[in-house]
Amino acid sequence: MDSTTSDPALRAPLGPAADTGLKIVVVGGFGVGKTTLVRSVSEIRPLNTEEVLTQAGVGVDDPSGAAGKNTTTVAFDFGRITLDARLVLYVFGAPGQKRFWFLWERLFGGTLGAVVLVDTRRLADSWYAIDRLEHHGTPFVVAVNRFAEAVPHGLADVREALSLSADVPMLDCDARERASATSVLIGLVNHLYDLSTARETT
Amino acid sequence: MTGRPVDLGEPDRLYTLTGGRHRSDDACLDLVTLVVSESDPAPGMTSEHVRILELCRRPTAVVEVSADLRLPVTVTRILLGDLLATRRVTARHPRPVPRATLPDSTLLKQVLDGLHHL
Repeated sequence: MDSTTSDPALRAPLGPAADTGLKIVVVGGFGVGKTTLVRSVSEIRPLNTEEVLTQAGVGVDDPSGAAGKNTTTVAFDFGRITLDARLVLYVFGAPGQKRFWFLWERLFGGTLGAVVLVDTRRLADSWYAIDRLEHHGTPFVVAVNRFAEAVPHGLADVREALSLSADVPMLDCDARERASATSVLIGLVNHLYDLSTARETT
Repeated sequence: MTGRPVDLGEPDRLYTLTGGRHRSDDACLDLVTLVVSESDPAPGMTSEHVRILELCRRPTAVVEVSADLRLPVTVTRILLGDLLATRRVTARHPRPVPRATLPDSTLLKQVLDGLHHL
């Protein structure tokens, strides 16, 4: 039991001048290492919460199978990085299952961008997330988590298997390592910066 | 995964907390809107409102309030909306990033600088 995780008294508060919250979302299949990556980059122990969706007919993959249930719940965890006196970045680890995408706009509308965290043993788990991000017009990078890989796959092979277009950056990472996990976020923001400056100069 | 799920086994409690409201009047509260208390708790306030005012003595994101109260984001937004309406808290909103567009490069440069300094 991780009793301190939720104890605000044991968590460093933000500075009084903090005024701009920012979001980055890490999506990926179950067990791919989202929570690990969030923990590696976060200045606080990851917190978790959930959102409830009450809407008929939404629980398309509701595992409970409860008859007549018209609410569905999506849990997610998140960490925090204070960037400077005013900017604070929240990094969310979000499940990739279908019901989650009904809540994407409500929870993660306005996100800077997304990281698709990939396990090469289960590449198919990432297809749906990539499709949805493209649908929402959310810029993203793909990070291959190498933590449990017996046979290293080349990034080019992974790109082909995911049918990724050439303009989506791919990165290797070990989500357990702080520097490596941070480099994934830097890779994403570099990509966003390139996209943004390209747009501003046209 | 070490966190605990929010207890949703008490629908009556959630109903009572929100007065039966389904959605927040203040729909502009983003997950990362930073909330700041502007007053101390007063007698007669609900325990959740008191908790929020204590939590938000320093800027605290909506999603952190939700995690700390162990209440779904929607319910948290409603409770925060109450306090906003009575000006017991203020909200520092994130810069809007319209759907399918990008934040400006100046902001992204600031983010990069911050990440490089970690």
